[in-house]
Amino acid sequence: MGGIGAFLAMGGYAGFVWPAYGVAFVVLAGLAAHSAWRYRQSAVTLDRLQQAHGAKR
Amino acid sequence: MINWLANPARFMRLSGWALRWCAWAAVAVLAVGLYLSLVAAPPDYQQGESVRIMFIHVPAAWMALSVYLFIAVASAVALVWRHPLAEIAARAAAPIGAAFTFVCLATGSLWGRPMWGAWWVWDARLTSVLILLFLYLGYIALVNAFDDPSRGGRAGSVLALVGVVNLPIIKFSVDWWNTLHQPASVMRVGGPRIDISLLVPLLVMAAGFSLLFLTLLMLRMRTILNERKAMALRLNAGTAPAARSVRERAAPVHPAVP
Repeated sequence: MGGIGAFLAMGGYAGFVWPAYGVAFVVLAGLAAHSAWRYRQSAVTLDRLQQAHGAKR
Repeated sequence: MINWLANPARFMRLSGWALRWCAWAAVAVLAVGLYLSLVAAPPDYQQGESVRIMFIHVPAAWMALSVYLFIAVASAVALVWRHPLAEIAARAAAPIGAAFTFVCLATGSLWGRPMWGAWWVWDARLTSVLILLFLYLGYIALVNAFDDPSRGGRAGSVLALVGVVNLPIIKFSVDWWNTLHQPASVMRVGGPRIDISLLVPLLVMAAGFSLLFLTLLMLRMRTILNERKAMALRLNAGTAPAARSVRERAAPVHPAVP
């Protein structure tokens, strides 16, 4: 228990170390999630358009 | 190799496979890197545990610079050879580079507060990296400001190439001016001057960030290619009804009334 507590305390620098890792995680994971979401959207849109296009011919 | 990849259809096929591989590699390497950074690496004898911020801050700074260099090279290729994927690669990389630059600045601020006693100082290194962030944001705004993507791409390429002048300024700012920021300790003449126990986690995190960059780059390039294809289809569809109605007028579908 003391081990975990000491780990989280980061030698008194918890208020700086954890926010630093947090910011990096939020920004990079957010970018990854947004990129994946946009990719999915673009694939769905393209698929729909291609089907509509194919149906007309 | 680059010419062989110039075909967007071939890129789509190859990147679909490479993307998955890269994404898993990025997750694995970053997991190892986080363990090494947060648990295995010893605290610094002067900075204590706060040195762990370095394992995010320094690789993010390397990425901020190298992604910009990547954009500049891709822009040059796009301008000179009209390589069809180069402009798309530059456009796709910019938000990733901006994200790494922001992470570098934010973590630097969180490290500066306990070590320097200030969140921010207007010294040469910090200011030139802030300018890098603005260059990224300006590039992103510029390439999206045109309805015609090729015009936006060309304007953005010129901006990216002009901004390259900032890269040596960032790199050598710590040598040219008196800055609060420390000089280079890894990428310096005469080899790294940092203990191996801190160097290994640093390099593993840098490898993880690079894999993450490659993953997101391919993902975003595929997105842009999909969107361009959809735009071309929509343009075709936009002209198709007009063309059809002309044809219908010429040859009526109901030839009942003489």
